[in-house]
Amino acid sequence: MPVNGRVGALCGVLLLALAGCNKQAGRGGNAATATGDIVVGEYASLSGTKADFGITTTNGVALAADKINAAGGLLGRKIVLKKEDDQGDASQVGTVVTRFVTGDRVDCVIGEVASKLSKRAAPICQKAKTPMITPSSTNPEVTRIGDYIFRACFTDPFQGGVLARFALTTLHAKRAAVLRDVSNDYSVGLADFFVREFKRQGGVITVDKSCSEGDDNFRPQLTAIAASKPDVILAPVYYREIALIARQAKETGVKAPLLGGDGWDSPNVLELAGGALDGCYMSNHYSEAQGGPIIQKFVADYQAKFHTKPNALAALGYDAMNMYAEAVKRAGSADKAKVRDELAATRGFKGVTGTITMDADRNAVKDAVILQAKGGRFVYVATVKPVGGAEPAGK
Amino acid sequence: MTDLAKHIVDGAMFGSLYALIALGYTMVYGVLRLINFAHGDVFMVGAYSGLFAAGWLGVDSAPAPWKTAAILIYAMVVCMLLGLVIERVAYRPLRNAPRLTALITAIGVSLLLENGGQLLWSATPRSFPDLIPAGPARPFIVMGCALAMAVGLELFVKRTRTGRAMRAVSQDKDAASLMGIPVDRIISVTFAIGSALAAAAAVLYSSVNPSVNPTMGLLLGLKAFVAAVIGGIGSLPGALMGGLILGLSEELISAYGASSYRDAIAFTLLIVILVFRPSGLLGRGVAEKV
Repeated sequence: MPVNGRVGALCGVLLLALAGCNKQAGRGGNAATATGDIVVGEYASLSGTKADFGITTTNGVALAADKINAAGGLLGRKIVLKKEDDQGDASQVGTVVTRFVTGDRVDCVIGEVASKLSKRAAPICQKAKTPMITPSSTNPEVTRIGDYIFRACFTDPFQGGVLARFALTTLHAKRAAVLRDVSNDYSVGLADFFVREFKRQGGVITVDKSCSEGDDNFRPQLTAIAASKPDVILAPVYYREIALIARQAKETGVKAPLLGGDGWDSPNVLELAGGALDGCYMSNHYSEAQGGPIIQKFVADYQAKFHTKPNALAALGYDAMNMYAEAVKRAGSADKAKVRDELAATRGFKGVTGTITMDADRNAVKDAVILQAKGGRFVYVATVKPVGGAEPAGK
Repeated sequence: MTDLAKHIVDGAMFGSLYALIALGYTMVYGVLRLINFAHGDVFMVGAYSGLFAAGWLGVDSAPAPWKTAAILIYAMVVCMLLGLVIERVAYRPLRNAPRLTALITAIGVSLLLENGGQLLWSATPRSFPDLIPAGPARPFIVMGCALAMAVGLELFVKRTRTGRAMRAVSQDKDAASLMGIPVDRIISVTFAIGSALAAAAAVLYSSVNPSVNPTMGLLLGLKAFVAAVIGGIGSLPGALMGGLILGLSEELISAYGASSYRDAIAFTLLIVILVFRPSGLLGRGVAEKV
């Protein structure tokens, strides 16, 4: 870490000179960097099996930072983005986030996609009183870790409820089977919330099967699921797994459509599934097809820079960075405590993924969209509003 | 076909693939007393080689059998060379070093292949062509291929001069060397064969579960290693037996039992077997030389 080490050392020297060698001063006051750059640490899985998540999110964050810098920066200060690869590994998350808050002394931390990994980072950021915004971790536990932890997306109690209501009312499903990834907090949470809502509204869960991240063979579970004759199958797993599940479901003779959450979202999930996902539904944070000038502008900018279409994770990364920038502007400084207060007070922020308002638990309250795979792409089916009171309370 | 029969057939299919990989572990352990942790990653390279060969041949799904065979052979040759290079570069210089050094080197080679793969081919999973079309015949084709290779290996080890030399090296390297057996060359052959079998397993496995990525070898390597230990590491029929036990138990637990405890049950099985048969089901107990 030659570069980071040097920057860290420089910060350390400055802190010593300006604020005394007291740790507390470095954390709270941030006096040393008040006139310098605003440093944002972004960690994501840029390698490993969840790399698509990390790469697209990082692109979105970088695009937002570039645009802010091109427009003159934040309060006249430049945003410097520190990117780290956590390899999708919980122990790596601890290392890189600790380095962000102790070595780089970042003003804000953005990440992760996977709830399991955000849960690992949140206590570190909370302890260092550094605002952390997860762009897309939907598990409710993440922001409960502390009052410095925010998210730019909706939560799984909402997403699970949306999927359950969609299955019941739009697909007229009475019987649902579940295939959950027990090694993944996101998957377990989403499955639980779906099951609760589905049952509450009179649906029947035929079987509830498990798999683990990294599995390749889902035929045994799918055979059992097919035998239980469900109308829909909820499979809230990540993109690598759902592609295999879809192909093997076809092979096993499963007719019911698969249903899943935003974890399916990857630029090449449909190609990996080889057409087997056709007719299946996912809930997501945004759809390009919703239109609107903000979305069009974002899609055009993203394509110009990265030469591929953005997915929802890229959009959420973009929104997370802009949400932070807004909070800094309102606070009139990058002081971490003030920015935290302003982030918590976010109301009606116009993002690519919808209008974001923070609730009391620092979760973004906003719409979800339902998409359906059709002929090699996801088409927009419906938007579901957060209001209605039908969503079950978090546990 | 009833569900139970289908589960048994599928389980046996995956079991035979675990066994093919396990053979590589067991052979290398036999001659070198080394757990070659890079073996799972050689498997991964085999899958990618197959993927590229399929691309060059323009294969998408259900190709002519000769094309499948060509892809299989190409992957096997690539991995054979890779196995030779790994042995020559990473393990041979450590031939007389403490065993722990070689073990750590093996882990290093594994990390090198995994991360090198991500660098070269990106971490994004890729789809693999259906070389063997889905259907009731597929498990039997896969099992047939795997079994043919395992039997071929057994005949090679038992009937040929090189095979006899391999057995001699596994019994006592120094004595074998004194008898005029070119120990280094025999070890190279062992690596080459083991790696080729891993490549064959990779192509078959990937056409059944069509998703390849640079870290896929990690979990499969571990499973195959467990299979080798269950059967008795160093024993070829043991590897086959261990693979089948693991494949069947995984499948049946996922289907009928608590699918969330699948790995827990599989590893409990390993512990129970090792408690009663410390050197595995077919392994021979070795008296420690003092």
